[in-house]
Amino acid sequence: MAVQGILTVIKFVVIAIAILVLGLITSWIDRKVTARIQARVGPPWFQPIADILKLLGKETLVPEGAGRNVFLYAPVIGLAGMALAAALLGNALISPEVGFVGDVVVLVYLLVIPAIALIIGASASGNPMAAVGASREMKLILGYELPYLIVIATVIYKTGFTLKLGDIVETQALDGWNLWSISGVIGFFILLLSAQAKLGLVPFDIPEADQELMGGVITEYSGPPLALIRITKTMLLAVLPLLMVTLLMGGVQFEGLSILWGFLKYLVIVVLIVLIRNTNPRVRIDQALKFFWGPVTALSIIAFILAYWGL
Amino acid sequence: MSLTRWALKKSPWVYHVALSPCNNCDIEILDLLTPRFDVERFGIKLVGSPRHADALLVSGSVNRHVLPRFIELYKQTAKPCVVFGIGSCALSMTMFRDSYNTVGPLDKVVKEIDPNAIIAYVPGCPPKPEAMILGVVKALQTL
Ligand code: SF4
Repeated sequence: MAVQGILTVIKFVVIAIAILVLGLITSWIDRKVTARIQARVGPPWFQPIADILKLLGKETLVPEGAGRNVFLYAPVIGLAGMALAAALLGNALISPEVGFVGDVVVLVYLLVIPAIALIIGASASGNPMAAVGASREMKLILGYELPYLIVIATVIYKTGFTLKLGDIVETQALDGWNLWSISGVIGFFILLLSAQAKLGLVPFDIPEADQELMGGVITEYSGPPLALIRITKTMLLAVLPLLMVTLLMGGVQFEGLSILWGFLKYLVIVVLIVLIRNTNPRVRIDQALKFFWGPVTALSIIAFILAYWGL
Repeated sequence: MSLTRWALKKSPWVYHVALSPCNNCDIEILDLLTPRFDVERFGIKLVGSPRHADALLVSGSVNRHVLPRFIELYKQTAKPCVVFGIGSCALSMTMFRDSYNTVGPLDKVVKEIDPNAIIAYVPGCPPKPEAMILGVVKALQTL
């Protein structure tokens, strides 16, 4: 029993590291595609790794008047939540049978932890820019979380009330992808937009707003804590498209060539995210909130009703 | 060469500090960051907060008014960092050298704050973006 437990822990760690590597590759793809869109050459392949290594080697500064412990532990908590979410999702993809009922719900909770940890850390830093960033991040979470949850509920409904990631994948293997229906297509776009907001990429990079808030929530972070935040963001960049592949596009199979097919599905979503990021200006926080609570939530409710009608 | 040193050379994030320049140097620095020169090839990225910076691009002759701000800014930057004096003003104060409000060339000022600081110069009035890229690359090679 104990050996089993240790093996599971090792497996989870390995999966989390694998997802981090996938995230590093994705973040290079993101920067390279961005560069090509702007007719540039773009960074070399090791750029995301170099960024993180460099930050790990730098000095950690704690601003005067900051809550020292909260400020320094917030990124660790964020990374812990993120790593657990990554391990849970990866585990469900590699061996669909071992999950537990309700792991979708746990995953949804875990995915909010990095954002909340950032809010706590930013509030503890005692910087007005970070405070504004934290308040914006909070509003943004309230905005995107609602349609996101409704879409996930739609997917759960469509697969016959399965609350297990592995079962969602298996149901799709039998009945075809969730994407191939009107409600699936609507859900896909809503998940895409929410992923954009969760990642803090351009139309919704309001909390970090480089031009007005100088990095917003991460203004005061330097050195290793900033590296942890980067790692968390990198993993999120891999986990969100993977979650979309799992929920709507039949997951990733790990036998032979089908792993390439799985990677292709993943890549399509990543490139879509990058394209949205490069072709849109940033919106204001009130516009973002109106957008998510107005049309997007309405669409997600319509998707749910369509799913109820079997469309 | 340690791994973090290698990483520092491959990903210098820059923060733009304008210490009372005439604005031409700043325009050239912003030019440098446009897609045309594509400094992301070398991992150079403009960041909004000195806490994230590895290199401070300083333009202009340091005067009494901005000195306290600059000292604070330098202390806020996570070490190791490199200070770049961009343009002749930072280098030799050019025509402002006898001005009543100029406190001194950049290296003197920085050495007063931190004797071990790494300082590099890119001369020109204003220097071309190509010259700045050359300066950054050369300075990083000596690290
Ligand atoms: S070096 Fe020349 S261009 Fe640059 S700030 Fe001084 S006067 Fe202006």
